[in-house]
This record gives sequence, structure tokens and C-alpha cells, in this order.
Amino acid sequence: MNTDEISRVLLADPTSSFTQFLGRTSPEFLPVQTLGRSGGDLSPTATTIVAVATEEGVILAGDRRATVGSMIAQRDIQKVYPADEYSAIGIAGSAGLSIDLVKLFRVELEHYEKIEGTPLTLDGKANRLASMIRGNLGMALQGFVVVPLFVGWDRVRNRARIFSYDPTGGCYEENGYYAVGSGSVFAKGSLKKLYSSKASLEQAVIMCIQALFDAADDDAATGGPDVLRRIFPVVVSVTAQGATQIPESQIAEITDTVLAGRMTRPDGPEAQL
Amino acid sequence: MSQPTFYVSPEQQIKDRAEFARSGIAKGRSVIVVRYENGILFIGENRSKSLHKFAEIYDRIGFAAVGKYNEFENLRIAGIRHADVRGYAYDRHDVTGRMLAGAYTQLLGMIFSAVMEKPYEVELIISEVGNQAEGDQIFRVNFDGSITEESEYSVIGGAADLIGTALQDTYVPQMSLAESFKVCLAALAADPRGRDVDVDALEVAVLDRTRTQTRKFQRLETHEIRELIEAKPRKAQAKKTDDDSMQ
Repeated sequence: MNTDEISRVLLADPTSSFTQFLGRTSPEFLPVQTLGRSGGDLSPTATTIVAVATEEGVILAGDRRATVGSMIAQRDIQKVYPADEYSAIGIAGSAGLSIDLVKLFRVELEHYEKIEGTPLTLDGKANRLASMIRGNLGMALQGFVVVPLFVGWDRVRNRARIFSYDPTGGCYEENGYYAVGSGSVFAKGSLKKLYSSKASLEQAVIMCIQALFDAADDDAATGGPDVLRRIFPVVVSVTAQGATQIPESQIAEITDTVLAGRMTRPDGPEAQL
Repeated sequence: MSQPTFYVSPEQQIKDRAEFARSGIAKGRSVIVVRYENGILFIGENRSKSLHKFAEIYDRIGFAAVGKYNEFENLRIAGIRHADVRGYAYDRHDVTGRMLAGAYTQLLGMIFSAVMEKPYEVELIISEVGNQAEGDQIFRVNFDGSITEESEYSVIGGAADLIGTALQDTYVPQMSLAESFKVCLAALAADPRGRDVDVDALEVAVLDRTRTQTRKFQRLETHEIRELIEAKPRKAQAKKTDDDSMQ
């Protein structure tokens, strides 16, 4: 390490943002900023993410399919992750950039927390994500759209919250439930009929599985539960106790029940008039 | 009238700089970093609740420092940045305590011998908790960049020698958290300037390998420290699992 490097390390601008620091010192590690041509066909597309918030907490779930055109690129991709101990993120859109962005966002939250000695507020995390999405606008215009869904437990307001984004970095708080990705229209239609804010967390998981099933039922790019290979949606719950990924065995059990119900009524549970 | 001499021999220069750094460090209270059965315990006297001497650097790596606050705070941030960049560019498993300790010795060594800079008045301990007890590591880095690896415990700060001697007589490998806490607390009292160390004046943190999260560093809060003080020997040790680990 030479003297230049010492002063670079010690005297770098006092930022608590990992992305800013990386941009100044090692920009080559940041996600691709621009391609100079349109190339949306270069990366597979990850599809549907759903979120349901109840009084107990919030459930975030995603299907496992990634597609390139009409080809299935991956059957077991993971698009939903705990972001830190009280929030979770799911991403639909261009797969490579999405995964890079989730990785960067998770380090960003942890980095801030370690440097400042206290975590960001949930609004702070949501806004930080918005500016990262805004930074990807150039790539979005070239076909690499990245659309996250961010959920968390707000430790100030003591409730679960959902945030959605548009590719220009607009950040919107959603009430109750939301879905993003190619199958989101069908998933939202499904959730609209199933949702109740009084539901338990376990019922919220069932709502998410039902909604993903409905999305897969009508959208070719969304993968349904793969019963042959035992590949099921990834589901993360965030409550006052923190964010945890629900074990696959539990999701398999719930999915089997949902599938059994669909055997008798393929369109899913009937809503009351 | 005698002419003032401007020449200072390199030996004298190093001696003066070391003397300067040592006297700065001697003013501060000591801290102990010690292995216990489930990981690494950090303990020291600190009257501030927010200006910490112990910190999380990465998943399995903790940092302890004594001396000038602004200087070790600078070093702490540099360490977090170094670790986070490395973990992001390669993989989380590629960030190791040895690598960080190496970066710190280089940094402090350069600063110590840079004529235009004043030496840093700090001493550091970088510690990494392993998956098994054999994997635990404790590195001590001095103000001049010299580094030593300690097998069981390390003490830095003003009364490091006295406390180290006291600890030598009472330390037993593989103690429970409560036991090693008590042994360390007794050893800290060997500081001749020591006041009665009460709960509010203690800073305690652990790197706990039994924690299920990937981040093993955890600061103990006042009520948990009190539980440790009140714990009976060889009783189930106080251990926090999932609440408020973000503090």
C-alpha cells in the first residue's frame, strides 16, 4: 500500500454509502451502467413477484422461472431475498442486473449500518433503493428493465409496509398487497379477491401461492409450482421479529394443499358475492 | 551561544515517535479480547454508550481499539470499506481476519514511518471467530504496524501489562461466556487507576459462532451485561438469539 492509497482509504469523502464509495474507488465493480446499444435479449428475464401485508407482518414471494423469449432459461432462479434483518427484496426484470442490484443493495444496507452504528429507517432503505433504480435508467432504456418490490417491518411505525418502483426510480407505497413482473396483472387480480388485512401470516403465504399460481396459469413467462422436480416459490416473511426465508418443506406442504384444491376447482377458491 | 542542531538520527527519530505514540495510548483504559467456548469476548471500560471501542467489521470479524478516538474511528471505517469491497467483488468467504490485520499493519506501518505525518496513537485487535474453536484468531496490531497473533487472549491500552499478568493467572481455555466475563472483569481491576467498574461503564461485545445469522458480532446491552454479572458459575450462560441484533 503506498501513501496515495492510504490517503485514498483514510481520507475518502465521508460517505456512509457503499455504492458511492465503490463508484469513486473501484467503479469497475459496479453493475453495468451503459451498453451503447439496445440489447434486452442478452439477459434472461425474471418474472412475477407478489407481496401481502397483514397486521402481523409481510410476505414476499416469487416464482422460479427465468425466460429468454419463449425459452425457459432457468427453472429454479431465486428472485426474492431478505435484504437485511428487517426487510426483503424481490426483483422482476433483467436477471443479471437484478441479481447484481440485490447484491449491491444488501451490502449498501449493511455497510451503512456498520459505519453509522444504527440501521437506516425503512423509508431510508426504500429511498436508497429508488436512487439505485434511477441509476439504472440508462440500461432500462436499452431494454434491461429492473423492477423491484421492497417490503419491510417499520420499527418506528410498528407495522409492515410495501414499496413498489418504476424504472425511473419512482417509489410508491402500496396498501395491503402488490405484484410486479409479467404475471403481475393476473396475480393482482387474484390477490384482490383473496386479500384481507385481518388475515394471519400463514394465510398471507397461501394468498401469495394462490396468486403466483394464477399468474402462472395465464402468463407463459411465470413458472407454476414444479411438482415433478419439487421446485416451489421462494417465500420470505418479515415481522417485528425480523426477516426469515420460510423453509422449502413448509412451502411444499402449502403448495400441495393449494394444488389439491385446484384439482376440484382449477380457477382457485371462490370469492363470496 | 550554542547553535541549535537540526539533525536527528533515524534511531532517535523512531524512538521519539514511538515514545509519543506510547504516551498517548497509555492515557486510555485497557480492553481485553479473549476466547471463550462459543467464540470471542470483547470487554473494556467505556463510559460512553455511543462512542464505541468495539465494532463489527464483517460477518465473522470484530475490531477493538484503544487510543485516540478520531484515529481509530478512521481506521475502523477504512476496515469496513476494505472488507465490504473485497466481499462484494469476490465472495463473502474471501474476507478474512488475517487479510484485514495485514491491511492494518501496512497502513499503520506507513503512517508511523511517514515523516510528514504524526504517528497514530492507537492499538488495535482484529479478531475472527471460526466455525470451530480451532478457527478462532486474534491479531494485535501496534501503532507502528507491528503485528502479533495471540493464541488465547490479548490486552491493549494503558495498563495492558498489568491486566495481562492478572489474566494470565486466572484464564482457562474454553470457559463459558459468564465465566470468562467474570475473569476478565477481575483482571480489568488490576488497572491502578481503576474505579469500581459498574455495569454502565462497561462495553461488552461478542463474536458468537452459535448465532444463526451470518453476522456473528453482537453488542451486549446493559441488561444482558447485568445478567452476566449475576450469572452463577457453570450455569446456562446468557445468550441472545434474535432480538435487537441490529443495534
